[in-house]
Amino acid sequence: MHDAAKIVGGLVLFAAVMTSPFWYNALTAAPAAVPALDPPPNGSKECVEPRAYMRANHMDLLNEWRDLVVRTGQRDYVSTTNGRAFDMSLSRTCLDCHSNKAEFCDRCHTFLAVNPPCWDCHVEPKEAP
Amino acid sequence: MFEKALSGGRRYWAWMVSLLVVIGVGAACWYWQLSEGLTITGLSRDVVWGFYIAQFTFLVGVAASAVMVVLPYYLHDYRAFGKITILGELLAIAAVIMCMLFIFVDMGMPARILNIFLHPTPSSMMFWDAVALGGYLLLNIVISRVTLGAERRGDPPPAWITPVIVLSIPWAISIHTVTAFLYAGLAARPFWLTAIMAPRFLASAFASGPALLILLALVVRRVSDFDPGRQAIRALATIVTYAMVANVFFVAVELYTALYSGIPEHVSHFAYLFMGLDGEATLAPWMWASAVLAVVALVLLLNPGSRSSETSLVVACVAVFASLWIDKGLGMVVAGFVPSPLGRVVHYSPTAPELAIGLGIWAAGLLVVTGLFKIALEVRGHLRRP
Amino acid sequence: MDASRRGFLTIAGLSLVGAAGGSTLIAAIGEPGTAVESLPAEPPGGGRRLAMVIDLRKFGHDGELVERCIRACHRAHNVPDFGADRKNEIKWIWAEDFESTFRDEEFRYLRRDLQGKPTLLLCNHCDNPPCTRVCPTKATWRRPADGIVMMDWHRCIGCRYCIVACPYGSRSFNWTDPRPHLESPQADFPTRTRGVVEKCTFCEELLARGGQPACVEACADDEIVFGDLNDPGSKVRRLLAEHLAIRRQPGLGTRPEVYYIVEDPRTLAETAPAAVVPGAAENDHV
Repeated sequence: MHDAAKIVGGLVLFAAVMTSPFWYNALTAAPAAVPALDPPPNGSKECVEPRAYMRANHMDLLNEWRDLVVRTGQRDYVSTTNGRAFDMSLSRTCLDCHSNKAEFCDRCHTFLAVNPPCWDCHVEPKEAP
Repeated sequence: MFEKALSGGRRYWAWMVSLLVVIGVGAACWYWQLSEGLTITGLSRDVVWGFYIAQFTFLVGVAASAVMVVLPYYLHDYRAFGKITILGELLAIAAVIMCMLFIFVDMGMPARILNIFLHPTPSSMMFWDAVALGGYLLLNIVISRVTLGAERRGDPPPAWITPVIVLSIPWAISIHTVTAFLYAGLAARPFWLTAIMAPRFLASAFASGPALLILLALVVRRVSDFDPGRQAIRALATIVTYAMVANVFFVAVELYTALYSGIPEHVSHFAYLFMGLDGEATLAPWMWASAVLAVVALVLLLNPGSRSSETSLVVACVAVFASLWIDKGLGMVVAGFVPSPLGRVVHYSPTAPELAIGLGIWAAGLLVVTGLFKIALEVRGHLRRP
Repeated sequence: MDASRRGFLTIAGLSLVGAAGGSTLIAAIGEPGTAVESLPAEPPGGGRRLAMVIDLRKFGHDGELVERCIRACHRAHNVPDFGADRKNEIKWIWAEDFESTFRDEEFRYLRRDLQGKPTLLLCNHCDNPPCTRVCPTKATWRRPADGIVMMDWHRCIGCRYCIVACPYGSRSFNWTDPRPHLESPQADFPTRTRGVVEKCTFCEELLARGGQPACVEACADDEIVFGDLNDPGSKVRRLLAEHLAIRRQPGLGTRPEVYYIVEDPRTLAETAPAAVVPGAAENDHV
């Protein structure tokens, strides 16, 4: 290989530059403040599944609901936790409790810099006056 | 091998940079389209496909036409095509890339384009078109890379490439057949509901593609000491002639069926194309130009004297290419929508940003062709540093 | 527990419910006379063929009812209003005059009461839909359980092949963002986003909750009747058995499932009062 030193050196430099934000954060930044999410304004205490599961997997659950409702026409979801039946609907079920989208969905999504396209089509609940 | 496309003289770079500028303008317009939606095009509720899809259709033909040099060279051992075959294959690569770009910019949801493969649907001709085009691109990349690589080392091409090359021949036919089936199987669109669409597509492809190849080969001969050989050009001219005759014959057959039967929903689309309907005659001058160009091309090509003279051959090739570009790249798609199934006559013409995006893709194709031709010519030692 | 296993349990549970619903329906069909007038609230069980009968005898020439149906549908489904802008227009249900609706019939010397009559057009929910066949991503399909031609706006790539394949002009494309063209979106139905195709879904979301399609609800006197063609006792079947009904372009083999009752000549005198006949009404309207 011609110019082996230049090529390898260049690759090392490239890797160093590309990963520099991680190094910088690891060495200097304080642990990020995890945003606190507001509970449902209607006082509901129980989600369709346990909180830990929802926190980690709500996006998968929503995708699954979406496919079941739209593609198979099934609308009832039976909770594996408490056996209650729910309407698999983002606007009618999820947002019925979590009507505080800004303090719940958005706060965490903004923190994580994710931008789910749900609200391109689904209508945001009106904030309570 | 690829590094050969990244070094060149001042003229080479001036050409490449000006192409990049056109691509940049197209990309900017595409970004605008991405944020505003396809509303910035001339398309509407009634004419839902237009300039983009028509360019795609035309370019599938250019891509398929590589078979017109590959088949004689590899199956019939026609030595005269020895120098030009690689150019045909490289042109096919560029054309398929342009096809894909035109499909991509036509999508309402380009970010979801992989759904075609994530949820494959064998009943959809668009799925098969995606498969056929992707496969054809891969075949031509592999074939040209392997044959050129062997040539650079001074070796004969490896034996395993022969079946791959043979496979590329029916594959080329398939890409344009499937593209014709995209249109020809729809009860809703009587203009396209014709069994001769696939043969007609192939005939027009085998005329326009080799005509472009002749023009490109002559350009390359001017800018390098590459010479395709008189015999190769003459053989290509013969192919263009036969294909153009077949194409005009197929069009005549189609006109006969529509006009003699007199079924209004078949007649009305031709009436729109050539005469205009309800005062909407945007395409009529173009279609008449296409017809005149076709006649001019045929006269020049059928006459052995003018066919073998290089000057008149160039005129004939330009006429063939322009005539078929108008026919397939403008008229064929739009006329399928006018009049609409509800009898509505709607005006369509591409808007400025739509044309700029299209031009950007053509420039991208030219960029790829230039780069690939340069690699091939350098490998063969036809380009020497000044 | 992972999401797919959870999904499996849901499906298993629901298919039991579905099977139960289906068997009641089959039992009902088995007994002539036990008409299933309203649709069951259960998710589609099996073997239904939902269809619509538009009783043109009951529609006037003034277009008032037609407009009411269109407004009800478009409001319920957040269909944007582009006004006079035909290029970006989106419509799930709309009106054309009778002659254009049945253009291939080339009506001449048409009975006066049908001349220029505003006629509702919508997705025909064909039994053999060409649009679903061409979709490269299965973003639109015919539900085997009830024949509704559905759409998945999450999956549509916006290639518009379905619009090209539809002989009825029933599909619209979102050329631009629809939100600015909606006055106040209904919260319980999504809007669409630019770049996807949309059309009528026979109000499957209302059917699932035991309701009727919005255009049917907008009618007062069975001007539009909706029901199951596989149920011999259903109102749609009775209407079709008793009256002359036509469909749009049946010769294309799409088997459209929206029927139009054109006046039965024998009963014309009773059902069509002179006032709706344009010739007779001309004096009233000047």
